[in-house]
Amino acid sequence: MGSAETLLAGDLSTQREGLDLGEVSASELVAASLDRMTARASLGAVISRDDEAAIAKAEAATQRIASGKPLSQLDGIPIVLKDNIVQAGQPATCASRILENFVSPYDAGVTERLEAAGAIIVGRANMDEYAMGSSTENSIYGPSHNPWDEARTCGGSSGGSVAAVSAGIVPLAFGSDTGGSIRQPASFCGVVGFKPTYGRVSRWGLVAYASSLDQIGPIARSVSDCALALDVVSGHDERDSTSIPGAAPNWSADLANAAAASADGDLQGVVIGLPSEYFVEDGVDPGVLACVREAIGTLEAAGATFEEISLPHTTYTIATYYLIATAEASSNLARFDGVRYGRRADHVKDLEDLYRRSRSEGFSTEVKRRILLGTYVLSAGYYDAYYVKAQRVRTLIRRDFEAAFENCDAILTPTTPEVAFPLGAKSDDPLAMYLSDVYTVSANLAGLPALSMPCGSSQGLPVGVQLLGPPLGEAAIFRIGTAYQRRSDHHLLSPPDAVGESKP
Amino acid sequence: MTSELDRYEVVIGLEVHTHLKTESKLFSPAPVRYGEEPNHSVHPIDLALPGVLPVLNERVVELAIRLGLAIHAKVNPYSVFARKNYFYPDLPKGYQISQFEEPVVSGGWIDITLDETRRIGITRAHLEEDAGKSIHDVAVAGRDDSCIDFNRAGVPLLEIVSEPDLRSAQEAVAYLRELRGILRYIGASDADMEKGQFRCDANVSIRRRGSSELGTRTEVKNLNSFSNVEAAIEAESLRQAELIADGGEVVQATMGFDPIRRRTSVQRLKENSDDYRYFPDPDLIPLRIDPAHIEEIRLQLPELPADKRLRFESEFGLSAYDAGVLTASRRLADFFEETAKACGVPKAAANWITRDLLRELNELEVELSEVAMTPDMLASMIGLIEEGRLTARNAAQIFPDLVRDGGDPATLIAERGLEAVSDAGAIDAFVDDVIAAHPDVVQQVRDGDDKPLNFLMGQVMKASQGKAAPDQVRRTLAEKIRG
Repeated sequence: MGSAETLLAGDLSTQREGLDLGEVSASELVAASLDRMTARASLGAVISRDDEAAIAKAEAATQRIASGKPLSQLDGIPIVLKDNIVQAGQPATCASRILENFVSPYDAGVTERLEAAGAIIVGRANMDEYAMGSSTENSIYGPSHNPWDEARTCGGSSGGSVAAVSAGIVPLAFGSDTGGSIRQPASFCGVVGFKPTYGRVSRWGLVAYASSLDQIGPIARSVSDCALALDVVSGHDERDSTSIPGAAPNWSADLANAAAASADGDLQGVVIGLPSEYFVEDGVDPGVLACVREAIGTLEAAGATFEEISLPHTTYTIATYYLIATAEASSNLARFDGVRYGRRADHVKDLEDLYRRSRSEGFSTEVKRRILLGTYVLSAGYYDAYYVKAQRVRTLIRRDFEAAFENCDAILTPTTPEVAFPLGAKSDDPLAMYLSDVYTVSANLAGLPALSMPCGSSQGLPVGVQLLGPPLGEAAIFRIGTAYQRRSDHHLLSPPDAVGESKP
Repeated sequence: MTSELDRYEVVIGLEVHTHLKTESKLFSPAPVRYGEEPNHSVHPIDLALPGVLPVLNERVVELAIRLGLAIHAKVNPYSVFARKNYFYPDLPKGYQISQFEEPVVSGGWIDITLDETRRIGITRAHLEEDAGKSIHDVAVAGRDDSCIDFNRAGVPLLEIVSEPDLRSAQEAVAYLRELRGILRYIGASDADMEKGQFRCDANVSIRRRGSSELGTRTEVKNLNSFSNVEAAIEAESLRQAELIADGGEVVQATMGFDPIRRRTSVQRLKENSDDYRYFPDPDLIPLRIDPAHIEEIRLQLPELPADKRLRFESEFGLSAYDAGVLTASRRLADFFEETAKACGVPKAAANWITRDLLRELNELEVELSEVAMTPDMLASMIGLIEEGRLTARNAAQIFPDLVRDGGDPATLIAERGLEAVSDAGAIDAFVDDVIAAHPDVVQQVRDGDDKPLNFLMGQVMKASQGKAAPDQVRRTLAEKIRG
């Protein structure tokens, strides 16, 4: 085992240090990443890769770093992007048959920023088709597997991105989170996943599932790595009208300042809310609750105080989410019609046949289900009863959080009610699958920043704890998360086969 | 038209789609160009590639505000872009971004004048994007397929919807002319119908005269000239009247108009109204307009055609007809006004422009902006006439050259020897010669018949090669004949 492989197993900050000290070159690191990707191909984490391009870019990074001029903290770091974040000259299939041959001619805003920062995109990650799913089983490339137990799901829809980080293929990946699609898999795979405030990260070049909920975010092995990654990709983008105006804060600098200010009781004065609606015993794995309670204890020891709060409209979140998300999706996915790009059905009779068959053949059952549901929600006669009402409830959910954040700096909950379930366990039960996101969707409906980080294990599988902040409240979440990780080693644990020793 | 229709009143509401005059498209940076090679003016946004997002072109908001103010409407400080969902190959996203429940402009009016002046209500004006163009013609598409040109996809449109206040095809055309004039005056649109920049759909129904209920309406789509609007409304209202006379019933439908056969025919029945599943576009934030900004634009708004017409009538003593002709475009109105002010004889300026200048432009098939004549040149020509240095007859002779090539009229007549003769001795000589040559005619005048005087005038003018000052000739003739 060479030092590049060892370094690859570390977190982003460790890899940065290794590159800057010249222990390993970017080229060696990227080569190790590509090797590891091959060795762990059975995970189904990465669905397309361009080794030649990655190696060429890594060589350039090697030169820059050697001459002491790295572009950023990410220069020379191998990363993967979820397949719905477009990259010029690379496929962007969204794991859908209808886009199986589509190559994007342009870069997403996030892609541009990452490449400008010197990050090396080594591959494109598997996902549930159009980000619709919670298990990454709904992909034309087959499922991604959980590195902790390949018979289990890695969660979804950003399952490929998360599995790649968990399995040590890359220290950093990007996914998208519409109802928990970064946090739920991060929880299942024992890594850190972060969904920024809505509008923090440009959606330009993110293939839309539900525009008012979608947000791109980082997946890494530590909270501080997520902060560092967010520093690079956040900020206003005039190509996205929902992008937050002005410059984004520098969260890494904020964390450094916080660390310098207080080494020990670094959460003195921080109040964290515990919503009673999220701590019900019913339907929740007791092992999950036990881990979360232990995390609460750790944070108390760090100086935080906890208060019980109430988010009274919690019970409506899943229903509200599936009305709004599917309504938007039914319209967002109308462009995949086989006319201008993507897969077109063969030997069509006429225009209607072209639409009908291209879309019938091109979309999976789950995607069709959501398109139909959303079409229904927006239909004349049902619009007020479903779409308009869901928007009103969304406002009530947002107000629940506004009220709660008057009394606390952050809110802590389990990320998911249970640990990673076996592959196939919920494939035939969409509702059970939807409930997997019960704790995560509210952050999307309210536009809040939210983080999931490892806090232990149940049944030998990782458990995640979720931190929610008020809009633009990323800094508080990063501080709390970092304080926790300074006192815990759950995020340092790797799946059995994380380094080198590939499974037979 | 026929007795059948005489028993009915025609009720018309118009929907006008006008291209707003912008450099780039409504939601993409692609340039707006006409006559460009197909698909050469498209951006990934216009093709709805995966991951693209719309960004509102601020310029269209300015133009929409101008139109709102010009039609005395409310410019809404808050309006919302919505998605109108339907599948069509020339609609790249599978939805059109439009405004539905909350348009940018609502509740206005414009006055039109035929025999009397009538106020026509305008329900709303909203922003939306144009679609691409499907080309089914084998000759154009080059093969036995349909092709799509996305150059037009995303071009900004303002849809202006009138109340059902129009009562004849002629009123409909008058309304369209007035609206087009306003759009051009305020610089919101070139509104060139041939380029598809100003398109009209007409909602037509009929009802018994005296009834206040609205009949079932049909919508005649895609009328692309004023004469087609007029003919289509007449054909459709007649069709409806005949249908009812035969015991039939008008059903809601989208109609097409065949301009050659001058007939409307059903394209699509609207039994169930289309379900476009409108909802607010989550990719765009609501459009907020600061009332102070609206006031700023109000101050910069140019004088509108109707106001200018009234002012020309009162300030320059023009007839309503001349005022109408002269205000047809802002450039023509400015040309007139500058000429009138420079020469001090507005009526003469109006006459020269409405008759001679417009005829000349027509013959040359050019726009006013393309000719060399300036208001100053025309004014100095009129000045020469007023001073008696140029006769109207000789002015008409130099006018076409002056229009085409420009120049100083005084120099021009000097070069060509066309300066009027007003020297009494010279005119006496011409008059004496003519009297001597036509003793019979002179006798008739002496006997009290004035008519032949014009003949004698003509003879003198001819003898002077048009240079004799006509007033002076007339005076001299009268004196010499009647003493």
